[in-house]
Amino acid sequence: MGRAALTLRPAAASAIRRHGREAYPHECCGALIGRDGLVTMALALPNTTDEGPRRRFLVSPNDYRAAERHAAGMGARLLGFYHSHPDAPARPSPYDLEHAWPAFSYLIIGVPGGDPGQMTSWRLRDDRSAFDEEQLVEADPDDEVLV
Amino acid sequence: MATKILIPTPLRGYTGNQEEVEATGSTVGELLANLAAEHTELRKHLYGEDGSLRNFVNIYVNDDDIRYLEKEQTPVTDSDTVSIIPSVAGGSRR
Repeated sequence: MGRAALTLRPAAASAIRRHGREAYPHECCGALIGRDGLVTMALALPNTTDEGPRRRFLVSPNDYRAAERHAAGMGARLLGFYHSHPDAPARPSPYDLEHAWPAFSYLIIGVPGGDPGQMTSWRLRDDRSAFDEEQLVEADPDDEVLV
Repeated sequence: MATKILIPTPLRGYTGNQEEVEATGSTVGELLANLAAEHTELRKHLYGEDGSLRNFVNIYVNDDDIRYLEKEQTPVTDSDTVSIIPSVAGGSRR
């Protein structure tokens, strides 16, 4: 399941930044859809947490199923999920680790003071002991091969 | 008697990349135990250290969440479809 990097199509990167800004000071979340490590779409999903959306996010089972169907309908697959950390670093928390699924990329965007900042991407180790950071690349808008 | 189980994207690496597998059992609990026995790497992602299903693992029989049925004692037949559906959760602070 190894992969060198996660690459974001420019429209997907813009959508994540916009969602992070709009949701601030709450956390935003959504699905990363694409194939072969290239995210072609960031699908915004509702944050359904009842534990305080300033520090938590939850994608419900129904929204998860909708995202999986959306990906299949595009001839693509779910590559992972993104969420924002308002006024907190773009690094996974212990809570993120406890709730992570294998094989997915977990993209985190820091939103200090309401402005979208650093984005990082992480994958759960197979033994669930930790996340490993993966390289995150934003595709060049002029690169027709990638976009 | 074998019941169809739908496997979500993040767990397909443990079922030979199959979206659907079959397992035997007369209840959801038996079915999942047999599934985990067949695909042993699934166990740590479905069950916590206390042996109970992780709370962000949702099990549906057809269209119904087993939390609103008889939980792991929910009976299943070979005409049912069981789905493992993730909740995806996280957040910035513990």
